[in-house]
Amino acid sequence: MRMLSIFSGLFSTLIASLGELAMLAGETFSSIGRGRIRVGLTLRQIAEIGFGSQLVVVVTGAFTGAVFTAQAYFQFASLNMETAVGPVVTLAMFRELGPALTGLMVAGRVGAAMSAEIGTMKVTQQIDALRALAVNPVDYLVVPRTLAMLISMPLLVVECVGLGVLASYYVGVEVLNITGVYFLANMQKFTEGSDIFMSLIKGFVFGGLIVFISCREGLRAKDGAVGVGRATTATVVTSSLAILIVNFFLTMALNILFPAGQR
Amino acid sequence: MNEPLIQVRDLVQRIGGQEILRGLSIDLFPGETLVLLGKSGGGKSVFLRHLIGLMRPISGSIIVEGQEITGLMERELEPVRRKVGMLFQDGALFDSMNVFDNVAFPLRERGERDPSAVAEKVARALAMVNMTGHAHKMPVNLSGGMRKRVALARAIISPPDVILYDEPTAGLDPIVSDSINKLIRSLQKQLRITSLVVTHDMISCNQIADRIALLNEGRIHFLGSVAELRDSRDPVVRDFVDGRSGETVY
Repeated sequence: MRMLSIFSGLFSTLIASLGELAMLAGETFSSIGRGRIRVGLTLRQIAEIGFGSQLVVVVTGAFTGAVFTAQAYFQFASLNMETAVGPVVTLAMFRELGPALTGLMVAGRVGAAMSAEIGTMKVTQQIDALRALAVNPVDYLVVPRTLAMLISMPLLVVECVGLGVLASYYVGVEVLNITGVYFLANMQKFTEGSDIFMSLIKGFVFGGLIVFISCREGLRAKDGAVGVGRATTATVVTSSLAILIVNFFLTMALNILFPAGQR
Repeated sequence: MNEPLIQVRDLVQRIGGQEILRGLSIDLFPGETLVLLGKSGGGKSVFLRHLIGLMRPISGSIIVEGQEITGLMERELEPVRRKVGMLFQDGALFDSMNVFDNVAFPLRERGERDPSAVAEKVARALAMVNMTGHAHKMPVNLSGGMRKRVALARAIISPPDVILYDEPTAGLDPIVSDSINKLIRSLQKQLRITSLVVTHDMISCNQIADRIALLNEGRIHFLGSVAELRDSRDPVVRDFVDGRSGETVY
């Protein structure tokens, strides 16, 4: 009985949270639709999210591509399938690893910072001051961050995947002596535009998840510094879990639209 | 007497199961400075936040310049908030902006794009609060009194009809408090701004008030002039004026 009440409590919290997220997203897109866009703030956020995430994305992409190539080579070499390493790594980077890892890294770096900044504004009455000055906090804080994230995330995913593939080529061909021509030929043969498109869609969706979760957590922060810390932690945990869970459903749905292995 | 600028009737608010406001009713008339006294934690700031829709009451009515605001949506409150400014207890300056940008913020948000016009208005507002020469400082580098002055400059740069002051002298030394009180008085005279000041500072009250209201147990317990407050024999008023807690310490 007690377990049942715990589960029903968790379920109602989940539904309430999803409802709040949907309302925030609705209000944000409605503001964007009405042209309440602050170009300067959006550009500043693009610099913060896009430029500021370069190191994280470069290192994540390059080393994921490199280590995946090495591991795939060690397994495939015993079957004399070394030349399959290129397409396997490339497809995995495009379809799964690039978007998911970029999402997780951006959630940790940008989502946490966003939530902390908005949360601090909330607990120090700066958001009340915005409202008192007749400025809507969603227009001023959420819209620029949403636009910046939705523009930056697909580009960051492409960058992560691109560096992963480059690192894969370097490790495969230069370090592990896979024949370069076969590596590239197989990579080209098995990689299609739909793989790139899938990667971009995932980047776009994960960007939306990160920005709305971060802004919601920041906007509902309370109880001073402790509350800001709690909001930041909740942002990273919730965004990361949401990315991993939504990634599964996106993969299933997008595989219906763009089936893999049908070439 | 004039029509009230703000009319509050039977305002009720409950926070965390506790009834903070229990049917509060009061009027604010054009051009006056009304001081709302009350114990710390007695609901003064909560009341103030209702007047610009930062909080919604459980029941009751708030009419600002003839418009009932309790049922308005967030975006519908924006025109009301342009008429009623608020000075927050800690200033609530935007800590990512310097003093100049903080003060210029309302102008820019209302569409003023001419940099020289913005600079001129900011300089004038900063001069009114004696903060000339501090335009490029960040809020973190300002003292409590300076932060309140800058917040006041931000509140008056597009002069509202009413300013709500939330504990403007709290945490300040007597000299800075005196200068803030003089500032409130001079703004009322120069710009003819109606003021509602929430405080528990009796010195401040004597300096600036046209009328005084005492909030006790969620209702207006006393409403009158400074002299009437001073001469009152009501025990609650006397305890507050004389600074007696009524508690016994063993």
